[in-house]
Amino acid sequence: MNWLALADTLFGPSHGIVEHDRFLDGTVSFDGAPLKVIGTTDHAPIGVALALAQARAVLDTVTAHPGRPILLLIDTQGQQLRLRDELLGINRAMAHLGCCIDLARRQGHRVVGLVYDQALSGGFITSGLIADACHALPEAEIRVMRLPAMARVTKIPEARLAELSADNPVFAPGVGNYVAMGGVRGLWDGDLRAALSEALRSSPVTDERDRDGAARGGRRLAAAVADRVLEA
Amino acid sequence: MNHTSFAECSARERIDALLDPASFEEWLPPADRVMSPHLALLGVPAAFDDGVAVGRGRLDGREVFIAAQEGAFMGGGVGEVHGAKLTGWLRRALRDRPAVVLLLAESGGVRLHEANAGLIGVSEVMRAVLDVRAAGIPVVVLIGGANGCFGGMGIVARCADRVVMSDVARLSMSGPEVIEASNGVEEFDSRDRALVWRTTGGKHRFLTGDCDALVEDDVAAFRAAAVAALAGAARPVTLASLEAEHALLAGRLADAPPDADAFTLWRGLGVADPHRVPDLDVAAVRALVEDRA
Repeated sequence: MNWLALADTLFGPSHGIVEHDRFLDGTVSFDGAPLKVIGTTDHAPIGVALALAQARAVLDTVTAHPGRPILLLIDTQGQQLRLRDELLGINRAMAHLGCCIDLARRQGHRVVGLVYDQALSGGFITSGLIADACHALPEAEIRVMRLPAMARVTKIPEARLAELSADNPVFAPGVGNYVAMGGVRGLWDGDLRAALSEALRSSPVTDERDRDGAARGGRRLAAAVADRVLEA
Repeated sequence: MNHTSFAECSARERIDALLDPASFEEWLPPADRVMSPHLALLGVPAAFDDGVAVGRGRLDGREVFIAAQEGAFMGGGVGEVHGAKLTGWLRRALRDRPAVVLLLAESGGVRLHEANAGLIGVSEVMRAVLDVRAAGIPVVVLIGGANGCFGGMGIVARCADRVVMSDVARLSMSGPEVIEASNGVEEFDSRDRALVWRTTGGKHRFLTGDCDALVEDDVAAFRAAAVAALAGAARPVTLASLEAEHALLAGRLADAPPDADAFTLWRGLGVADPHRVPDLDVAAVRALVEDRA
Protein backbone atom coordinates (compact mmCIF):
# COMPACT_ATOMS: atom_id res chain seq x y z
CA MET A 1 0.00 0.00 0.00
CA ASN A 2 1.34 3.49 -0.71
CA TRP A 3 1.74 5.77 2.27
CA LEU A 4 -0.93 8.26 1.21
CA ALA A 5 -3.60 5.59 0.92
CA LEU A 6 -2.48 4.17 4.25
CA ALA A 7 -2.56 7.58 5.94
CA ASP A 8 -6.02 8.30 4.48
CA THR A 9 -7.29 4.97 5.77
CA LEU A 10 -5.80 5.37 9.23
CA PHE A 11 -6.30 9.09 9.83
CA GLY A 12 -8.65 10.46 7.15
CA PRO A 13 -7.76 12.71 4.22
CA SER A 14 -6.78 15.74 6.33
CA HIS A 15 -4.02 13.89 8.18
CA GLY A 16 -1.39 16.53 7.39
CA ILE A 17 1.52 14.08 7.08
CA VAL A 18 4.01 15.39 4.52
CA GLU A 19 6.75 13.78 2.48
CA HIS A 20 10.09 15.45 1.89
CA ASP A 21 12.86 13.49 0.12
CA ARG A 22 11.30 10.15 1.09
CA PHE A 23 10.98 11.24 4.73
CA LEU A 24 7.47 11.21 6.25
CA ASP A 25 6.62 13.53 9.12
CA GLY A 26 3.40 14.62 10.75
CA THR A 27 1.20 14.77 13.80
CA VAL A 28 -2.29 13.34 13.58
CA SER A 29 -5.21 12.99 15.89
CA PHE A 30 -6.00 9.38 16.61
CA ASP A 31 -8.55 8.02 19.09
CA GLY A 32 -8.94 11.58 20.31
CA ALA A 33 -5.26 12.13 21.13
CA PRO A 34 -2.20 13.42 19.24
CA LEU A 35 -0.03 10.77 17.61
CA LYS A 36 3.39 11.48 16.07
CA VAL A 37 4.01 9.82 12.70
CA ILE A 38 7.58 9.39 11.42
CA GLY A 39 8.63 7.28 8.48
CA THR A 40 10.09 6.72 5.06
CA THR A 41 8.64 5.91 1.67
CA ASP A 42 9.50 4.96 -1.91
CA HIS A 43 11.75 2.09 -0.67
CA ALA A 44 14.06 4.74 0.78
CA PRO A 45 17.70 3.82 1.24
CA ILE A 46 18.62 4.90 4.77
CA GLY A 47 21.78 6.98 4.65
CA VAL A 48 23.22 9.38 7.19
CA ALA A 49 20.83 12.21 6.21
CA LEU A 50 17.65 10.14 6.42
CA ALA A 51 18.70 8.52 9.69
CA LEU A 52 19.32 11.98 11.16
CA ALA A 53 16.01 13.36 9.85
CA GLN A 54 14.13 10.60 11.66
CA ALA A 55 16.24 11.00 14.81
CA ARG A 56 15.52 14.77 14.82
CA ALA A 57 11.78 14.12 14.68
CA VAL A 58 12.01 11.64 17.57
CA LEU A 59 14.09 14.01 19.72
CA ASP A 60 11.71 16.91 19.04
CA THR A 61 8.77 14.75 20.08
CA VAL A 62 10.48 13.66 23.31
CA THR A 63 11.38 17.28 24.08
CA ALA A 64 8.14 19.03 23.21
CA HIS A 65 5.54 16.34 23.82
CA PRO A 66 6.56 13.94 26.59
CA GLY A 67 4.65 10.69 26.42
CA ARG A 68 3.11 11.28 22.99
CA PRO A 69 2.90 7.92 21.18
CA ILE A 70 4.92 7.49 18.00
CA LEU A 71 4.04 5.47 14.87
CA LEU A 72 6.96 4.51 12.62
CA LEU A 73 5.91 3.91 8.99
CA ILE A 74 8.47 1.66 7.37
CA ASP A 75 9.33 1.33 3.69
CA THR A 76 13.04 0.94 3.05
CA GLN A 77 15.43 -0.92 0.78
CA GLY A 78 17.95 -1.02 3.65
CA GLN A 79 21.02 1.06 4.34
CA GLN A 80 22.44 3.41 1.70
CA LEU A 81 25.27 1.62 -0.10
CA ARG A 82 27.60 4.57 -0.73
CA LEU A 83 31.23 5.24 0.13
CA ARG A 84 30.31 8.72 1.38
CA ASP A 85 27.91 7.31 3.97
CA GLU A 86 30.49 4.80 5.20
CA LEU A 87 33.06 7.60 5.44
CA LEU A 88 30.65 9.76 7.44
CA GLY A 89 29.91 6.91 9.86
CA ILE A 90 26.54 5.58 8.69
CA ASN A 91 26.66 2.93 11.43
CA ARG A 92 26.98 5.69 14.03
CA ALA A 93 24.08 7.66 12.52
CA MET A 94 21.88 4.55 12.47
CA ALA A 95 22.87 3.68 16.03
CA HIS A 96 21.94 7.25 16.98
CA LEU A 97 18.48 6.80 15.45
CA GLY A 98 18.07 3.53 17.35
CA CYS A 99 19.20 5.19 20.60
CA CYS A 100 16.71 8.05 20.09
CA ILE A 101 13.80 5.62 19.63
CA ASP A 102 15.02 3.59 22.60
CA LEU A 103 15.15 6.74 24.76
CA ALA A 104 11.60 7.64 23.72
CA ARG A 105 10.41 4.18 24.79
CA ARG A 106 12.17 4.44 28.15
CA GLN A 107 10.64 7.85 28.76
CA GLY A 108 7.16 6.43 28.34
CA HIS A 109 6.37 7.05 24.69
CA ARG A 110 4.66 4.03 23.13
CA VAL A 111 6.47 3.36 19.87
CA VAL A 112 4.79 1.15 17.28
CA GLY A 113 6.37 0.21 13.94
CA LEU A 114 4.38 -0.69 10.85
CA VAL A 115 5.99 -2.23 7.77
CA TYR A 116 3.52 -1.06 5.14
CA ASP A 117 5.58 -1.86 2.04
CA GLN A 118 9.11 -3.22 2.36
CA ALA A 119 11.72 -3.60 5.09
CA LEU A 120 15.31 -4.75 4.79
CA SER A 121 18.16 -5.38 7.17
CA GLY A 122 19.97 -2.19 8.23
CA GLY A 123 17.02 0.10 7.61
CA PHE A 124 14.78 -2.10 9.73
CA ILE A 125 17.00 -2.77 12.73
CA THR A 126 16.98 0.88 13.82
CA SER A 127 13.28 1.47 13.17
CA GLY A 128 10.62 -1.22 13.54
CA LEU A 129 12.89 -3.69 15.29
CA ILE A 130 13.69 -1.23 18.09
CA ALA A 131 10.10 -0.08 18.62
CA ASP A 132 8.03 -1.50 21.48
CA ALA A 133 6.43 -3.70 18.85
CA CYS A 134 6.55 -3.97 15.09
CA HIS A 135 3.58 -4.91 12.94
CA ALA A 136 3.16 -5.39 9.19
CA LEU A 137 0.57 -5.31 6.47
CA PRO A 138 0.04 -8.79 4.98
CA GLU A 139 1.21 -7.68 1.51
CA ALA A 140 4.44 -6.15 2.83
CA GLU A 141 7.81 -7.79 2.29
CA ILE A 142 10.53 -8.20 4.90
CA ARG A 143 13.88 -9.71 4.15
CA VAL A 144 17.61 -9.47 4.60
CA MET A 145 18.38 -10.49 1.04
CA ARG A 146 16.59 -11.94 -1.98
CA LEU A 147 17.11 -15.64 -2.61
CA PRO A 148 19.24 -15.23 -5.79
CA ALA A 149 21.72 -12.98 -3.94
CA MET A 150 21.63 -15.30 -0.96
CA ALA A 151 22.42 -18.23 -3.24
CA ARG A 152 25.48 -16.35 -4.54
CA VAL A 153 26.77 -15.45 -1.08
CA THR A 154 26.13 -18.81 0.58
CA LYS A 155 27.02 -20.82 -2.56
CA ILE A 156 23.89 -22.92 -2.07
CA PRO A 157 21.75 -23.44 -5.19
CA GLU A 158 18.72 -21.15 -5.33
CA ALA A 159 16.40 -24.10 -5.99
CA ARG A 160 17.57 -25.75 -2.79
CA LEU A 161 17.02 -22.52 -0.83
CA ALA A 162 13.53 -22.16 -2.30
CA GLU A 163 12.72 -25.75 -1.36
CA LEU A 164 13.96 -25.23 2.21
CA SER A 165 12.05 -21.95 2.52
CA ALA A 166 8.77 -23.81 2.23
CA ASP A 167 8.94 -25.02 5.81
CA ASN A 168 11.86 -23.13 7.34
CA PRO A 169 11.16 -19.46 8.15
CA VAL A 170 14.75 -18.75 9.14
CA PHE A 171 16.11 -17.41 5.88
CA ALA A 172 13.28 -17.01 3.38
CA PRO A 173 11.76 -13.56 2.82
CA GLY A 174 8.21 -12.94 3.98
CA VAL A 175 6.24 -11.19 6.69
CA GLY A 176 4.71 -14.50 7.79
CA ASN A 177 8.16 -15.81 8.62
CA TYR A 178 8.91 -12.73 10.72
CA VAL A 179 5.65 -13.23 12.61
CA ALA A 180 6.54 -16.89 13.24
CA MET A 181 9.95 -15.86 14.58
CA GLY A 182 8.55 -13.16 16.85
CA GLY A 183 10.21 -10.25 15.02
CA VAL A 184 6.82 -8.97 13.89
CA ARG A 185 4.09 -9.00 16.53
CA GLY A 186 1.21 -9.37 14.10
CA LEU A 187 -0.29 -8.65 10.69
CA TRP A 188 -2.89 -5.94 10.30
CA ASP A 189 -5.78 -7.48 8.41
CA GLY A 190 -9.08 -5.74 7.81
CA ASP A 191 -9.78 -2.79 10.09
CA LEU A 192 -6.45 -0.92 10.17
CA ARG A 193 -7.69 1.73 12.62
CA ALA A 194 -8.72 -0.94 15.10
CA ALA A 195 -5.38 -2.68 14.64
CA LEU A 196 -3.43 0.54 15.36
CA SER A 197 -5.60 1.28 18.34
CA GLU A 198 -4.97 -2.17 19.75
CA ALA A 199 -1.21 -1.97 19.04
CA LEU A 200 -0.92 1.34 20.91
CA ARG A 201 -2.83 -0.16 23.84
CA SER A 202 -1.19 -3.56 24.11
CA SER A 203 2.42 -3.32 22.96
CA PRO A 204 4.84 -4.88 25.45
CA VAL A 205 7.48 -2.60 26.98
CA THR A 206 10.04 -5.37 27.41
CA ASP A 207 11.58 -7.48 24.66
CA GLU A 208 9.37 -10.58 24.31
CA ARG A 209 10.30 -11.48 20.77
CA ASP A 210 12.32 -14.59 21.58
CA ARG A 211 9.40 -15.95 23.67
CA ASP A 212 6.96 -15.18 20.84
CA GLY A 213 9.28 -16.92 18.38
CA ALA A 214 9.37 -20.03 20.57
CA ALA A 215 5.61 -20.05 21.17
CA ARG A 216 4.90 -19.64 17.46
CA GLY A 217 7.45 -22.30 16.50
CA GLY A 218 9.46 -20.12 14.13
CA ARG A 219 12.48 -19.57 16.35
CA ARG A 220 12.68 -22.50 18.68
CA LEU A 221 16.08 -22.00 20.30
CA ALA A 222 16.68 -18.29 20.97
CA ALA A 223 14.69 -17.91 24.20
CA ALA A 224 15.91 -21.23 25.62
CA VAL A 225 19.56 -20.45 24.83
CA ALA A 226 19.32 -17.00 26.42
CA ASP A 227 17.74 -18.57 29.52
CA ARG A 228 20.48 -21.20 29.71
CA VAL A 229 23.13 -18.46 29.81
CA LEU A 230 21.31 -16.91 32.78
CA GLU A 231 21.21 -20.26 34.57
CA ALA A 232 24.73 -21.49 33.75
CA MET B 1 58.81 -7.34 25.45
CA ASN B 2 56.74 -9.99 23.69
CA HIS B 3 54.26 -8.74 21.15
CA THR B 4 51.20 -10.85 20.39
CA SER B 5 48.92 -9.72 17.57
CA PHE B 6 45.32 -9.40 18.76
CA ALA B 7 44.11 -9.83 15.17
CA GLU B 8 45.81 -13.22 14.86
CA CYS B 9 44.36 -14.63 18.10
CA SER B 10 41.24 -16.76 18.29
CA ALA B 11 38.26 -15.52 20.30
CA ARG B 12 39.25 -17.46 23.45
CA GLU B 13 42.91 -16.51 23.13
CA ARG B 14 41.82 -12.87 23.12
CA ILE B 15 39.71 -13.39 26.23
CA ASP B 16 42.53 -15.16 28.06
CA ALA B 17 45.00 -12.43 27.11
CA LEU B 18 42.69 -9.65 28.26
CA LEU B 19 41.62 -11.07 31.62
CA ASP B 20 43.62 -11.83 34.76
CA PRO B 21 45.27 -15.26 34.35
CA ALA B 22 42.96 -18.30 34.37
CA SER B 23 39.96 -16.25 35.53
CA PHE B 24 37.62 -16.87 32.58
CA GLU B 25 34.46 -18.84 33.29
CA GLU B 26 32.62 -19.62 30.06
CA TRP B 27 28.88 -20.23 29.84
CA LEU B 28 27.62 -22.70 27.24
CA PRO B 29 31.19 -23.65 26.26
CA PRO B 30 31.90 -25.83 23.21
CA ALA B 31 31.61 -28.95 25.38
CA ASP B 32 27.90 -28.16 25.81
CA ARG B 33 27.47 -28.27 22.03
CA VAL B 34 24.85 -25.56 21.78
CA MET B 35 24.90 -25.32 18.01
CA SER B 36 23.00 -23.80 15.12
CA PRO B 37 20.17 -26.12 14.07
CA HIS B 38 19.97 -24.44 10.68
CA LEU B 39 23.37 -24.99 9.08
CA ALA B 40 23.13 -28.77 8.67
CA LEU B 41 20.02 -28.32 6.49
CA LEU B 42 22.16 -26.24 4.15
CA GLY B 43 25.05 -28.69 4.21
CA VAL B 44 27.27 -26.21 6.07
CA PRO B 45 29.43 -27.34 9.02
CA ALA B 46 28.29 -26.01 12.40
CA ALA B 47 30.49 -25.03 15.37
CA PHE B 48 30.14 -26.31 18.94
CA ASP B 49 29.91 -22.73 20.22
CA ASP B 50 28.15 -21.16 17.20
CA GLY B 51 31.09 -18.79 16.86
CA VAL B 52 30.91 -16.89 20.13
CA ALA B 53 32.27 -17.31 23.66
CA VAL B 54 30.41 -15.66 26.56
CA GLY B 55 31.15 -15.59 30.28
CA ARG B 56 32.79 -13.70 33.10
CA GLY B 57 36.22 -13.26 34.61
CA ARG B 58 38.43 -10.81 36.48
CA LEU B 59 40.16 -7.77 35.09
CA ASP B 60 42.61 -6.05 37.41
CA GLY B 61 40.87 -7.97 40.19
CA ARG B 62 37.34 -6.74 39.36
CA GLU B 63 34.54 -9.00 38.12
CA VAL B 64 33.74 -8.26 34.50
CA PHE B 65 31.59 -9.86 31.81
CA ILE B 66 33.36 -10.68 28.58
CA ALA B 67 32.32 -12.12 25.21
CA ALA B 68 34.22 -12.65 22.00
CA GLN B 69 33.01 -13.38 18.48
CA GLU B 70 35.08 -15.89 16.50
CA GLY B 71 35.88 -14.43 13.10
CA ALA B 72 37.20 -17.75 11.84
CA PHE B 73 33.68 -19.22 11.98
CA MET B 74 31.45 -17.71 9.28
CA GLY B 75 33.15 -14.34 9.67
CA GLY B 76 31.62 -13.88 13.10
CA GLY B 77 28.16 -13.75 11.53
CA VAL B 78 25.23 -13.62 13.95
CA GLY B 79 22.85 -16.56 13.74
CA GLU B 80 20.00 -17.55 16.05
CA VAL B 81 22.13 -19.27 18.71
CA HIS B 82 25.06 -16.83 18.45
CA GLY B 83 22.71 -13.87 18.97
CA ALA B 84 20.82 -15.58 21.81
CA LYS B 85 24.08 -16.32 23.66
CA LEU B 86 24.97 -12.62 23.53
CA THR B 87 21.47 -11.55 24.53
CA GLY B 88 21.37 -13.98 27.48
CA TRP B 89 24.84 -12.81 28.55
CA LEU B 90 23.68 -9.17 28.53
CA ARG B 91 20.49 -10.03 30.44
CA ARG B 92 22.64 -11.81 33.01
CA ALA B 93 24.78 -8.66 33.31
CA LEU B 94 21.61 -6.79 34.29
CA ARG B 95 21.09 -9.32 37.09
CA ASP B 96 24.71 -9.78 38.28
CA ARG B 97 25.92 -6.19 37.75
CA PRO B 98 29.59 -6.67 36.78
CA ALA B 99 31.98 -3.68 36.85
CA VAL B 100 31.98 -3.54 33.08
CA VAL B 101 30.75 -5.52 30.06
CA LEU B 102 33.42 -6.16 27.41
CA LEU B 103 32.42 -7.28 23.92
CA LEU B 104 35.28 -8.29 21.62
CA ALA B 105 33.39 -7.80 18.37
CA GLU B 106 34.44 -9.39 15.10
CA SER B 107 31.56 -9.83 12.72
CA GLY B 108 30.31 -9.28 9.20
CA GLY B 109 26.86 -8.75 10.77
CA VAL B 110 23.90 -11.01 10.15
CA ARG B 111 24.77 -14.58 9.15
CA LEU B 112 23.01 -14.90 5.81
CA HIS B 113 22.44 -18.66 6.16
CA GLU B 114 19.91 -17.86 8.87
CA ALA B 115 19.28 -14.30 7.85
CA ASN B 116 15.89 -13.60 9.42
CA ALA B 117 16.80 -15.15 12.76
CA GLY B 118 20.14 -13.34 12.67
CA LEU B 119 18.54 -9.96 11.97
CA ILE B 120 16.08 -10.31 14.84
CA GLY B 121 18.93 -11.67 16.98
CA VAL B 122 21.11 -8.60 16.33
CA SER B 123 18.19 -6.36 17.21
CA GLU B 124 17.75 -8.26 20.50
CA VAL B 125 21.45 -7.75 21.25
CA MET B 126 21.08 -4.04 20.49
CA ARG B 127 18.14 -3.65 22.86
CA ALA B 128 19.90 -5.69 25.55
CA VAL B 129 23.04 -3.48 25.26
CA LEU B 130 20.86 -0.41 25.81
CA ASP B 131 19.14 -2.11 28.78
CA VAL B 132 22.55 -2.74 30.37
CA ARG B 133 23.60 0.87 29.79
CA ALA B 134 20.31 2.14 31.20
CA ALA B 135 21.14 0.17 34.37
CA GLY B 136 24.37 2.17 34.69
CA ILE B 137 26.70 -0.68 33.73
CA PRO B 138 29.27 0.44 31.13
CA VAL B 139 29.47 -1.53 27.88
CA VAL B 140 32.78 -1.41 26.01
CA VAL B 141 33.25 -2.81 22.50
CA LEU B 142 36.79 -3.72 21.46
CA ILE B 143 37.47 -4.25 17.75
CA GLY B 144 40.67 -5.76 16.41
CA GLY B 145 39.88 -8.84 14.34
CA ALA B 146 40.71 -9.29 10.68
CA ASN B 147 37.03 -9.34 9.67
CA GLY B 148 36.29 -5.97 11.25
CA CYS B 149 32.89 -5.07 12.70
CA PHE B 150 30.19 -4.55 10.10
CA GLY B 151 26.48 -4.64 9.44
CA GLY B 152 24.22 -4.86 12.47
CA MET B 153 27.22 -5.37 14.73
CA GLY B 154 28.64 -2.07 13.48
CA ILE B 155 25.45 -0.46 14.76
CA VAL B 156 25.61 -2.39 18.04
CA ALA B 157 29.19 -1.17 18.57
CA ARG B 158 28.04 2.44 18.36
CA CYS B 159 25.31 1.71 20.94
CA ALA B 160 28.03 1.03 23.56
CA ASP B 161 29.53 3.47 26.07
CA ARG B 162 32.98 3.20 24.55
CA VAL B 163 34.66 1.75 21.46
CA VAL B 164 38.31 0.66 21.34
CA MET B 165 39.98 -0.15 18.00
CA SER B 166 43.40 -1.09 16.76
CA ASP B 167 44.86 0.61 13.72
CA VAL B 168 44.32 -2.56 11.65
CA ALA B 169 40.66 -2.85 12.71
CA ARG B 170 37.70 -1.70 10.65
CA LEU B 171 34.29 -0.47 11.77
CA SER B 172 31.46 0.40 9.41
CA MET B 173 28.12 -0.69 8.00
CA SER B 174 28.33 -2.29 4.54
CA GLY B 175 31.47 -4.07 3.38
CA PRO B 176 33.27 -2.50 0.40
CA GLU B 177 32.59 -5.62 -1.67
CA VAL B 178 28.83 -5.22 -1.14
CA ILE B 179 28.96 -1.56 -2.13
CA GLU B 180 31.07 -2.32 -5.20
CA ALA B 181 28.71 -5.13 -6.23
CA SER B 182 25.68 -2.84 -5.89
CA ASN B 183 26.97 0.47 -7.25
CA GLY B 184 30.08 -0.32 -9.22
CA VAL B 185 33.83 -0.14 -8.81
CA GLU B 186 33.76 3.61 -9.44
CA GLU B 187 31.67 4.02 -6.27
CA PHE B 188 33.96 1.95 -4.05
CA ASP B 189 36.94 -0.05 -5.31
CA SER B 190 37.07 -2.85 -2.74
CA ARG B 191 40.55 -3.90 -3.89
CA ASP B 192 42.00 -0.48 -3.08
CA ARG B 193 43.18 -1.38 0.42
CA ALA B 194 44.38 2.14 1.21
CA LEU B 195 40.92 3.50 0.33
CA VAL B 196 39.21 0.81 2.41
CA TRP B 197 41.36 1.60 5.44
CA ARG B 198 41.01 5.36 5.30
CA THR B 199 37.24 4.99 4.92
CA THR B 200 36.56 2.42 7.66
CA GLY B 201 39.83 1.81 9.53
CA GLY B 202 40.82 2.50 13.12
CA LYS B 203 42.76 5.70 12.41
CA HIS B 204 39.83 7.29 10.59
CA ARG B 205 37.36 6.25 13.28
CA PHE B 206 39.67 7.60 15.99
CA LEU B 207 40.27 10.96 14.27
CA THR B 208 36.50 11.45 13.82
CA GLY B 209 35.71 10.30 17.35
CA ASP B 210 33.81 7.20 16.21
CA CYS B 211 36.11 5.22 18.50
CA ASP B 212 37.33 6.47 21.85
CA ALA B 213 40.72 4.78 21.97
CA LEU B 214 43.20 3.72 19.29
CA VAL B 215 45.64 0.97 20.28
CA GLU B 216 48.35 -1.12 18.68
CA ASP B 217 47.43 -4.56 17.32
CA ASP B 218 48.73 -6.14 20.52
CA VAL B 219 46.89 -8.09 23.20
CA ALA B 220 48.64 -6.15 25.99
CA ALA B 221 47.47 -2.86 24.47
CA PHE B 222 43.88 -4.14 24.37
CA ARG B 223 44.15 -5.28 27.99
CA ALA B 224 45.45 -1.86 29.01
CA ALA B 225 42.52 -0.20 27.19
CA ALA B 226 40.06 -2.52 28.94
CA VAL B 227 41.61 -1.73 32.34
CA ALA B 228 41.39 1.98 31.52
CA ALA B 229 37.70 1.48 30.72
CA LEU B 230 37.18 0.07 34.24
CA ALA B 231 38.09 3.47 35.63
CA GLY B 232 35.88 5.38 33.19
CA ALA B 233 32.38 6.28 34.28
CA ALA B 234 29.32 4.98 32.45
CA ARG B 235 27.94 7.38 29.91
CA PRO B 236 24.18 7.45 30.45
CA VAL B 237 22.00 7.88 27.37
CA THR B 238 19.96 11.01 28.05
CA LEU B 239 18.07 13.53 25.97
CA ALA B 240 21.02 15.90 26.45
CA SER B 241 23.61 13.29 25.38
CA LEU B 242 21.56 12.43 22.29
CA GLU B 243 21.18 16.13 21.39
CA ALA B 244 24.96 16.48 21.62
CA GLU B 245 25.44 13.39 19.44
CA HIS B 246 22.90 14.74 16.97
CA ALA B 247 24.67 18.10 16.73
CA LEU B 248 27.97 16.35 16.09
CA LEU B 249 26.59 14.10 13.34
CA ALA B 250 24.51 16.83 11.71
CA GLY B 251 27.54 19.14 11.70
CA ARG B 252 29.71 16.43 10.18
CA LEU B 253 27.17 15.87 7.40
CA ALA B 254 26.73 19.59 6.72
CA ASP B 255 30.48 20.26 6.64
CA ALA B 256 31.37 17.42 4.25
CA PRO B 257 31.43 18.53 0.61
CA PRO B 258 29.69 16.14 -1.82
CA ASP B 259 33.03 14.76 -3.03
CA ALA B 260 34.53 14.52 0.45
CA ASP B 261 37.17 11.89 1.06
CA ALA B 262 38.97 10.95 4.25
CA PHE B 263 41.70 13.54 3.64
CA THR B 264 39.10 16.34 3.40
CA LEU B 265 37.50 15.23 6.65
CA TRP B 266 40.83 14.94 8.47
CA ARG B 267 41.88 18.40 7.33
CA GLY B 268 38.54 19.73 8.56
CA LEU B 269 39.32 18.10 11.91
CA GLY B 270 42.50 20.15 12.17
CA VAL B 271 45.02 17.65 10.83
CA ALA B 272 47.54 19.89 9.04
CA ASP B 273 48.96 17.25 6.71
CA PRO B 274 46.25 14.61 6.25
CA HIS B 275 48.12 12.71 3.52
CA ARG B 276 50.68 11.67 6.11
CA VAL B 277 48.10 9.95 8.34
CA PRO B 278 48.19 6.50 6.66
CA ASP B 279 51.94 6.32 7.34
CA LEU B 280 51.77 7.47 10.96
CA ASP B 281 52.03 4.97 13.80
CA VAL B 282 49.42 4.74 16.53
CA ALA B 283 51.26 7.04 18.93
CA ALA B 284 51.54 9.75 16.28
CA VAL B 285 47.82 9.54 15.41
CA ARG B 286 46.94 9.80 19.11
CA ALA B 287 49.20 12.83 19.35
CA LEU B 288 47.23 14.52 16.56
CA VAL B 289 44.06 14.23 18.65
CA GLU B 290 45.81 15.25 21.88
CA ASP B 291 47.25 18.32 20.18
CA ARG B 292 43.77 19.25 18.98
CA ALA B 293 42.46 19.00 22.55
